[in-house]
Amino acid sequence: MSQKTAKKELSPIDIYKLLPKTNCKECNQENCMAFATKVVARETSIDLCKPLQKPEHTKNSNLLHEMLKPPVKEVTIGIGDKACKVGGKLVMYRHEFTYFNPTAIAIDVTDEMTEAEIVSRVKSAETFSYEYIGNTLKLDLIAVRSTSCDADKFKNCVKKVSEITVMPLILCALNATVLEAGLMMIPKARPLLYAATLTNWKEMAELSIMYNCPLVASAPNDLNGLVSLAKTLQAYGVQDLILDPGTFFGDDLADTLNNFTMLRRAATKAGDELTGFPLLGLPLAIWSNKGDLADDLVRWREAYVAGMLITRFTDIVILHSTEGWVQLPNVILRQNIYTDPRKPVAVAAGLKEFGTPDENSPIFFTSNFALTYYTVAADLESSKINAYLLIVDAEGSAIDSGVAGRKLTAEKVADAIKATGIENKVKHRKIIIPGKASRISGEIEELSGWKVLVGPRDSSEIAKYLIDKWQQ
Amino acid sequence: MADKKDDKNSGINVTELLELLTKFQNLELHDFQLEAKNLELRIDGGVASIPGLKLPSTIPTKPTTLIQQTFNLPIEKYSSSIVEVKLGATKCEGGTRGKVITIGGEKTPAFYTFESPVIHKPVVTLDVFDMEVPLSKAVKMHVKEVMGDPAAWAKMAVEKFGADMVTIHLISIDPLLKDAPAKSTLKTIENVMQAVDVPLVIGGCGDPEKDTMLFEEVSQAFPNERFLLSSFTRDMNIENIAKSAKKNNHAVLAFTPMDLNMARELNRKLYDYLGKEDIVMDLSTAALGYGLDYAFTNMERARLSGLLGDGELAHPMSSGTTNAWAAREAWLKMDDRWEPRELRGPLWEVTTALTLLLSGVDMFMMIHPAAVKTLKDVIHNLSSGKKADPSKYLDWVSAKI
Repeated sequence: MSQKTAKKELSPIDIYKLLPKTNCKECNQENCMAFATKVVARETSIDLCKPLQKPEHTKNSNLLHEMLKPPVKEVTIGIGDKACKVGGKLVMYRHEFTYFNPTAIAIDVTDEMTEAEIVSRVKSAETFSYEYIGNTLKLDLIAVRSTSCDADKFKNCVKKVSEITVMPLILCALNATVLEAGLMMIPKARPLLYAATLTNWKEMAELSIMYNCPLVASAPNDLNGLVSLAKTLQAYGVQDLILDPGTFFGDDLADTLNNFTMLRRAATKAGDELTGFPLLGLPLAIWSNKGDLADDLVRWREAYVAGMLITRFTDIVILHSTEGWVQLPNVILRQNIYTDPRKPVAVAAGLKEFGTPDENSPIFFTSNFALTYYTVAADLESSKINAYLLIVDAEGSAIDSGVAGRKLTAEKVADAIKATGIENKVKHRKIIIPGKASRISGEIEELSGWKVLVGPRDSSEIAKYLIDKWQQ
Repeated sequence: MADKKDDKNSGINVTELLELLTKFQNLELHDFQLEAKNLELRIDGGVASIPGLKLPSTIPTKPTTLIQQTFNLPIEKYSSSIVEVKLGATKCEGGTRGKVITIGGEKTPAFYTFESPVIHKPVVTLDVFDMEVPLSKAVKMHVKEVMGDPAAWAKMAVEKFGADMVTIHLISIDPLLKDAPAKSTLKTIENVMQAVDVPLVIGGCGDPEKDTMLFEEVSQAFPNERFLLSSFTRDMNIENIAKSAKKNNHAVLAFTPMDLNMARELNRKLYDYLGKEDIVMDLSTAALGYGLDYAFTNMERARLSGLLGDGELAHPMSSGTTNAWAAREAWLKMDDRWEPRELRGPLWEVTTALTLLLSGVDMFMMIHPAAVKTLKDVIHNLSSGKKADPSKYLDWVSAKI
């Protein structure tokens, strides 16, 4: 049977017991216990333990790899440094640990689009980029669909796409002959193949094995069919599967979420290996059944269904819409959901200069909470003013909650003024504090000896504030 | 014996060969040279074996037909359910509302309809302000004709935008705005009650002292209407207003800043005066991109804890989803690539709402009509009980879009 009991939570001791215990430091950790702790926290890899690779430790090595294996397999699409890893999930809910491998987002092209359209869509996906709290948000994959069901056309399309992009591909055709024609154009590129179904699975399995490609098993709204396919394909020798339980949008939307949820629960809570694969969601399927909906409404639905799938366990989504207003909420949602909840989102404390500040320039302070810092930084940049920004260690909390929770204190502000040596850079002794920190203004004056000016509550008003209030 | 070292330069790796053999039933040997030292290859009944080399004990035979397998759903048991809170009261119940609403009652995590059907659908209450307020362009275009007229605004929210409830934000009492006396709001509330017959949320201004006065006045002036008083916070002197709310049969919204211990603490305080069925929680909503992850996980944890027996968190949850508009990406004019903001803005509110819907929120305080429409559609679709028809699903592969 595929069911086994869920893996119990690992402790560093569980790992340590099986390590060679040489304290050799080859893994860059102080000792084996420190290494074990990092391994359990998934901050380093067990493969960095060199002694463990010696033949006499093979048994323990195998045991360790089995213990550390995520309940949802990590599957790699593509090759080299552009390869895209999906799955590798350890838990069902993000607060139980953290989610790894953010949902990969793919944009589709078809073999009946004009060359200009293909180029434009691929470029649009490839150049997609949005700066958000110090991260560049990107799209990940291109899905090439055969709408012609013509092997030659598909072949030419895959060839074209592979020439103009380095992004890994998903090849979509239900006819194995058509699919292989495309696959032969990129025989070593390890694209994801869509899809093995209850009728074509044998041919698809052959292609997957022959070309060493991950393969989607698709059984829409049929979980028995889906695990049957998974079991059959595994027995056939296919290692890397992706599961497609179907994405439905209308008043049957509940089936979509239920299927994703049941599969992920079976994998993470019961250790069911047949369901322990990344899940594929298809928001673009709405386009094939849009009725007389206006295009912008179809895009709107595609956008919010993608968002729900990102929230509910989906590891890859394919979208048709390339519009920025459709993509932006979803790449940011993905970034949010995949942020490690174990760590406060913080940037390094210290002093930052904006523009070319001199001895008369104003000094602001803000918290080291990344969301706060990047918002203030973006405002200072866009208003093109010359200023200093003191980043105070508020243990990664926002201004208001930091002040309320005593994580952002007058002492810390005064210490930061000293530690950064800002007094040697300016002639004046004034600091502009966030409006939301006005409660500690008196204390800051007392401890630092600097004059405190209470600034605006929202950093978007900094430019206006300076015009009104800053005279030097 | 043959090992990796021996065949390193021979053009074939024995391990690879073995792997190959386990995968293909019919092995064809032609145009093929094997030069591993001391290697004897015996072709035997279609399966090759290499003496002295350890083979897997059974070489799997490739299946020729589908192996039937049943999906086993692991069952989770929840020891508790979420408290039901009733809002609004009809004439028979001593109030004046034409409709009443019950929220909460869940027995499973949000929309796990494979375990339990939806008990009470989550509801939307639309924001109405008692004076003119600065709003984003994308929002303002829909409500500018009713700004400053709360009764007309409420009527539009219910009749045109499909709101289940209305929140009347009495911000004119804010000491930093008009500092109007708490009593002056009673007329506004009266007018809104005349205009619509849905249950009401009475929203304060955020100043703890002023809101205490407001809830005292409103509780007494409208006994038995079963308003939701929004909101009670840890820095308020809650004894009198909580007693007054209980006596006059109103429900309260307990607000805490994204900290479950604080939420428990406030609820415990409220239990001294109110019943569990009188309390809805607001655990704080942060906008998509500006802390939504914290809000989502906080609410998801609260809901799971509530279902697993933590009674202090087993209350229905409300979300101030309008906060989505605090994200600059919701309202800012950006490069053409990200336009039009008239769509981007409400989609920001929708995405914030849907993410929190999946964490277990029962009540959404919202502002943009398109976001409200979408959320209500999704709630309807998730509650319909309709099974998906998979027969044409795979057509997407070859669909010409």
